[in-house]
Order: sequence, then structure tokens, then C-alpha cells
Amino acid sequence: MSKTIFEKNSSGRKGYTLPKSDVNLKLEDCVPQNYLRKEEAKLPEVSELDVMRHFLELSQKNHCIEKGFYPLGSCTMKYNPQVNEVLVRNKGILNLHPFQDEDTVQGALRILFDLQQDLAEISGFSNVTLQPVAGAHGEFTGLKIMRAYHEAKGNSHKKKIILPDSAHGTNPASVSLVGYKMVEIKSNEKGMVDIEDLKAHIDDKVAGFMLTNPNTLGIFETQIEEIAKLVHSVDGLMYMDGANFNALMGYIKPGEIGFDIMHYNLHKTFSTPHGGGGPGSGPIGVRSDLAKFLPVPMISKNGNKYYFDYSHKETSIGKVHSFFGNFAVNVRAYIYLKMLGSEGLKRVAENALINANYVMKKLENHYYIPYKDIFCMHEFVANNKWQKEKSGVKTLDLAKRILDKGFHAPTIYFPLIVSEAMMIEPTETESKETLDEFIEAMIEIARESEDNPEILKNAPINTPVKRVDDTLAVRQLNVKFEM
Amino acid sequence: MPFISNTDKERKEMLAAIGVKKFEELLKDIPGKFIHQEPCCLENPLSELEITSRINELVSRNISTDDANSFLGAGVYDHFIPAAVDSIISRPEFLTAYTPYQAEVSQGTLQYIYEYQTLICELTGMEISNAGMYDGASAAAEAILMAVRKTKKFKAIIAETINPLYLQVIKAYTEGVEIELVMVPEKNGLVDLKILKDKLDDETACVLIQTPNFFGNLEDVFAIEPIVHSSKKALFIACVDPLSLPLLNSPAEYKADIVVGEGQSLGNFQSFGGPLFGFLATSLSLARTMPGRIVGASLDSDGNKAYCLTLQAREQHIRRVKATSNICSNQALCNLAATVYMCLMGKQGLKEVSEQSTTKAHYLAEKICKVDGFSMAFDAPFFKEFAIKTPIPASKIIQKLKHKNIFAGINMKQFGYENMLLVAVTEKKRKCDLDGFVNSLKEVSNV
Repeated sequence: MSKTIFEKNSSGRKGYTLPKSDVNLKLEDCVPQNYLRKEEAKLPEVSELDVMRHFLELSQKNHCIEKGFYPLGSCTMKYNPQVNEVLVRNKGILNLHPFQDEDTVQGALRILFDLQQDLAEISGFSNVTLQPVAGAHGEFTGLKIMRAYHEAKGNSHKKKIILPDSAHGTNPASVSLVGYKMVEIKSNEKGMVDIEDLKAHIDDKVAGFMLTNPNTLGIFETQIEEIAKLVHSVDGLMYMDGANFNALMGYIKPGEIGFDIMHYNLHKTFSTPHGGGGPGSGPIGVRSDLAKFLPVPMISKNGNKYYFDYSHKETSIGKVHSFFGNFAVNVRAYIYLKMLGSEGLKRVAENALINANYVMKKLENHYYIPYKDIFCMHEFVANNKWQKEKSGVKTLDLAKRILDKGFHAPTIYFPLIVSEAMMIEPTETESKETLDEFIEAMIEIARESEDNPEILKNAPINTPVKRVDDTLAVRQLNVKFEM
Repeated sequence: MPFISNTDKERKEMLAAIGVKKFEELLKDIPGKFIHQEPCCLENPLSELEITSRINELVSRNISTDDANSFLGAGVYDHFIPAAVDSIISRPEFLTAYTPYQAEVSQGTLQYIYEYQTLICELTGMEISNAGMYDGASAAAEAILMAVRKTKKFKAIIAETINPLYLQVIKAYTEGVEIELVMVPEKNGLVDLKILKDKLDDETACVLIQTPNFFGNLEDVFAIEPIVHSSKKALFIACVDPLSLPLLNSPAEYKADIVVGEGQSLGNFQSFGGPLFGFLATSLSLARTMPGRIVGASLDSDGNKAYCLTLQAREQHIRRVKATSNICSNQALCNLAATVYMCLMGKQGLKEVSEQSTTKAHYLAEKICKVDGFSMAFDAPFFKEFAIKTPIPASKIIQKLKHKNIFAGINMKQFGYENMLLVAVTEKKRKCDLDGFVNSLKEVSNV
């Protein structure tokens, strides 16, 4: 195990240089003594080389997209073009202050304006805000807009949000964050929304319906028109969780098939790096009559001049972020979209679908696939049913063994409606060759689970650490290094 | 086609393996009228060369703070960032890794978050830090929700001296869940303690104070704390600039219960206001009501030390509607930049940054006050940012100085303060930058 940086400390060692202050003032002339810290913070004293070696050593213990395949369902871990990273590291992007005068940031505003327009165009919505900084942040913003819409109409009794039982965990959490009540409805035997169950819950109290389409089983909700009609019949709004937009781009515009609000996960669909957990970006698009509720400022254009638009401040839900969202992430999405163009978007969707269906087909005799009689979209769900029956192997064991084979594990134990689910999403950037290697490894693991299930139960063995005890971590909470 | 690996030949082979002749068959379950055969209206795809010139051309229309003499702050600051920070966060192993749910192949991310948590705890004096929030504003909002969850009280008292942008975000986060926000006005650039005392009662969940506050002034935290804690349950939330902490009282010293703030100034670029990252730290007794991810140390099956995400039972992927927040992604890469920055600058460097920013800000403030018509807006002690009264509207000063490539500060009129400029100084400023600003102020205000 690597030492922590705190164990590499050597008193007096320095990892920085700074110019000497050329201002002739002392701290004690500036700040009264009683405002000064009594006990020094214990911060490391290490050299630049110490730091470089430390973090290089840590980096070697991570899986990343350039190292290998990441078949994570619902997370769309695609490859990120390097040009994004080079272009975004420009001082004219990184060293801009959000309070600069509009005249000095016209290029930045143009990028944001164009990205708003492009995202609106490809999704069929009239307006887009780039302010939310993560998918769940977009959900929150979208639900706030829903609320503002109903309140503007005097319908404050609308407090119910309907969700299918296959919804992402962030959906219910976002619902309660805005003070709404969640009503969960069942999926039918085809893995889609159960229309009868939906009908039973449709009433005047419904504020909206949150749906992921294609859903988290990788299935397109073919009854979307009927669902939208039902929800709209009580003046509820349709929210689309855009986590799976990868599958539809260029072919289907959510704004045209019944959705009123949608968030985009720029860090998934538009190839900005996941960063080990962020930063992301979660813009939302809305139909035209909801635009007045969007957070301020919007980026607008007057002739050739771009500006921060606060004109709808009175009706806006306000702000969800200090400034204008994750600008540097949005620039990456802008670059990606400009390089793909309309045809490129379609190619993305096509290859995402072909790759997913190919892997599903090749694995169908080796793993139980609950919904395999239809084509999946860009991902599918399998589980350990057969392995469990034969040798008691858990999906967790399968996942850990996959790590041993040099791949990241799929998303596991989600969606909740499939027992011990394993959600596989190859993405469009992976080649047939990689998929074949993955398929071969999966088949090998299925074989191992029959011949030698202990290997799986003790996996992983080829990783920087062996299986980590997460219950111990909770029982003996250790969340900082004691110096 | 860029970024797609399959060749047409491979696509054909795969389609055949799936059992279809052409791609369109895979869409057969989708109602046909939804499907766009025609491409949408994006411009034609650009090559790498073309997008490079496009971005370079657009960027040339911006003036970066490197090419100007900038005094802009209000939550985002132009501090020095050592080169090693970017070289580490650019490594693909960090940049394109996933959220560390599979601990065995994410030890790099998990360990640096553990180190980040330790550093935040050291700076704030708190016992537990989460793995990061979206920004300082959302961290402040989540801290209020956390206090409400803990105390089961629904009134939050907020000092009006807080960054008004934070307040807007707090409003968005709290209004739906029926939390009553009670504002305490400002007096001489600090929160009015008498009114704070009056507003506080047993129904109060928390009191949120920012120090240094929006005007850069240092609140009298030792006077505030006993007032807050005189209520039975109320929690004291301190919103702080982390770069003030190597020098100024740690929130633990004045018994804050929850500490939040904007972390951008720790090794992250200004990036036009994003990505930023918020931090949130507290005591162990509040750990289970905290939002966001937390990394803990554990053991692997060989008994070796290993890290993993912990206390996940609070989170949305398990608790769904009852989760402590809806946060799914944090700002891991920004936290990494902060971790690397804090390690490089270390004990002495962070103090030096903090000290130079303070003394240079005070030098500038003194000089400005010697210019006719300019004076300090308040006389409270301040850190690296201060508010000055201007003899002519601040907008005029900003416009005129813009043409000299000086970003003079923030016009406080938009926040309700006439003829007031908010000026921030970092360690990057040289004496000549400060003197140049003062000379230009003389020129424009004489006209």
C-alpha cells in the first residue's frame, strides 16, 4: 500500500517557489492578533519531486479509459478526444474571471451561446441553460422549473411526481430535494412502464413524470406517446432523464416525442472526461413556455454582441450555481459537437446500438438476460441467475473477476428491478476487437464459475489491492489520516 | 468518422451476428414517426485542424486575467498555480477514470480523496470532510439542509454579509422544502450582532455566517458563536475562504459546527466561474446527515490497508427518496487539483500565499484611500478583499480602466451598493501592478 503524502513529510522541505513580497507591510500591521490562528494546521512539507512521484504512484492504481474498456451501464464511459484537453487548456479559457466585463469575454460567450443552440437543436427543445453542473443538478433544476410552472398557474396542490421503479437513484432524491412526493409505478413484463399502473396514479395532484428513455433496462419506452398524453391530460409535465441520450442522438428528438424538460449529461453523452467523479455538466432543455423559468443569466445575442441575459429575472427560479455552470466542461462538449456534426451524431447512436446488441447476442447463452426478445438500445441488463443456481456465485463476484481480466466491471445491482443486475454498456468508441476480448473474458468467467467458483469468490487477485472490506470501513470509520 | 472505432466491414459482421441485415432493423420497436431520417441542423463537421483554429479564433476575442491587471474576486480568485498541478490532473489515469465504485481498481482516486479530506480537516480543524460539492454556494445550501435534517427545525438565519450569489442558490435549494430564511442585516460591513441575537430562537436550525464576508471583512466569530449556541439546538455554519485558514482562526477554534466554502482558490483555475468546487466539513456526530461522498480507509482480504467509499447508506443510490442529498457526481478532479496544490505549497507556502495576499491588499487599500474621493467603505479588519467608496459611479471606473487593461473590481451597484467597488488582491500582484492601478484610478476620477 502506498504511504500517504503525510508520511512523506520532512520538516522544512518545500515544493514551491514564490517571489518575495515587494510590498513593505507586515501581517501584524494588517490583521489584529485575535483573528490569527492559534494552532497551526498540519500541512505536508514535501518537494515537487515527492509530489510528482506520490501522485504518479497513485495514478498507477486506477483504471481509466485509455488503459481499458469500461462497460458501465448508464454511465456511458466513452473515449474522450485529446483535442478537447489541448484546446481547453488555453489561458483565454482557464484564466477568465466570471465578473469580467462582457466586452472582454465575447469569445467565451459565443461558445456558450452556440452550445445552447446546438443542444436545443439536437433535442427538439426551444431553450437550453448550461448552468447545472451535473446530471442530478439538472434534475433538480428541471423539477424546480416544473414547480415554478405549476405555481405560476396557481396549482400549488400539484405535489406528486411519478417515477418508474427502474429510475436512477438520483431521480427520487431530486424529487424530495425540491419538496415533492414521489410515487413509484411498476414496470411491466416487457420492462416498460406499466400503463395500467400509471393510469391508476394519474390525478390532479400529478406535477410531472420523470422518465429515462431508453430506460435503465436499455429498452426504448415505445408507449411514450400514450404516457405523455396521460400525464399532459392532468397538466403534468414530462421530464426526461437524459442519461441515455447517447442511444438516440441524431435519430430522435426528445422534445418532439412528448417530453417538456430534459437534462443532458455532457460528461457522458458529449465525451467530457469523467474525472474520477466530476466535474460534470448537466444542462437542461425546455419547451418554449417554460423558458421564462430558467436560471439566470441566459447567454443571449444582440446583433453581433453576446451578453448575460437577466431579462426574465422576475419569473426565473433564480440560480443553481454561483456563476454560469462548468464552463470548461461545456467548452469540451462544444468541441465534440462541432467535430461530429449531424451525421456524426447519428453514427454515434448507430455504433452504440450495434455494439450493445452484439455483446448481448454473444452473451445470451452464457448469462441470463431477462429482457432479450427485443433489441436493446445502447445497453442491456444481465444477471447471475444461472451462476447462482449452480455454484452460489454473486454478481459482485462476477464483477470482481472481470476486474482481474483487465476490464472495469459493468454497473452492478442496478436497476433494482432485476435481481443482482449487471448493466453493460459498451459505447460507440469501442471496436469489435475489444468487444470480442470482453465477450471471451465473460464466457471464460462463466466457465470458471462452474469449474472453480472459489476463484470468483476470492477475486480480484490481479488488482492493486484484493477485495476491499467496505463493512469494516463503516464499522471503524477512518476518514482522515491521523498525524 | 472521429472517435468511432468500428469500420464499415466490422459493422456488417456485427449486424450479421446480431441477426439483422441493416442498422435500421434495430430501431424497429420505435414508432417510425419519431425517427428523423434527415440530419438535424448542425453545421458540417469540423476537422481537428478546423476546430483548433475556431477555438483559437474565439479565444482571441477574450482578454484573460493573464493579459490584464485584474482585481476581480467575489468568490473566484486569481491565485498562482504551480505547473505540477496541471501535469498531474492531466494524467488520463485521473482524468478519465470513473467514480471509484470498484475500489480495487480505483485506489488512486480513493487515496487522493482521503488525503484531500485530511487536508480539509487540518485546515478547518473539523473531524470529517466529504469528497467535494459542486461549488461554495451549493455547499452552503446543503449545509443548511443538513442542519435542518439534524435539528428538525425549519428556520435558517443567514447573515446579509454573505455573497449574494450564494444567497440566490440557497433560496433555490430551500424554498421548496419549506425552510424559512431569516436575514440579519449588515452594519458597518459586518453582521449586526444585536439583530442576530433578536432573531435567534429555539426554532432555529442554524446560523450561516461568511468570514471573510462578501465585503472581504472578518466577522467577529468569537462574539457570534456564543449567541448561536445560546439557542438549544442551532448549528453554527461557517462559510470560509480556505486560503485564509493557514493564517486566520480555524473554524474549530471558534466552535463552528459545519464549515463550507469555495475551494477554487486552491489550485483551480478561474475558468469563467466553473468548474468550481465546494467543500464541506463537520464533526463526526453529524457524519450521517452529511451530503455527498466520503472515502474511508479499510482493509483488503489480505489484511492490507485499502480505501473505499464509505457511509454510502446515506446516498441516493441506496436511500433514494430518503438520501441526504441527490448528489451523484462530486468534483473529484478539482479536489485532486486542490490536493496537489496544498501538498506542493505545503505548510509554509500556503501561509505565504495567505500572508502576501493580505499585506498586498492592505497596501493597495491604503494607497487607494489617499486618492481624492476614495475611502474605505467599512473600517472592519479584512483579509485579501475590500470594498471602497468611489467618488464617481463604479461603472465609470470599470469602463475607463478596462481600456487600460485593468479589471478594476466588482461594481457593487448590482448588489444594491451605490458608488462602491469590491477589490481583490492575490499574491500574484506586484507592487507595480498595485501602484499602476492606483495611478489609473487618480486619472479617471479627476476627469
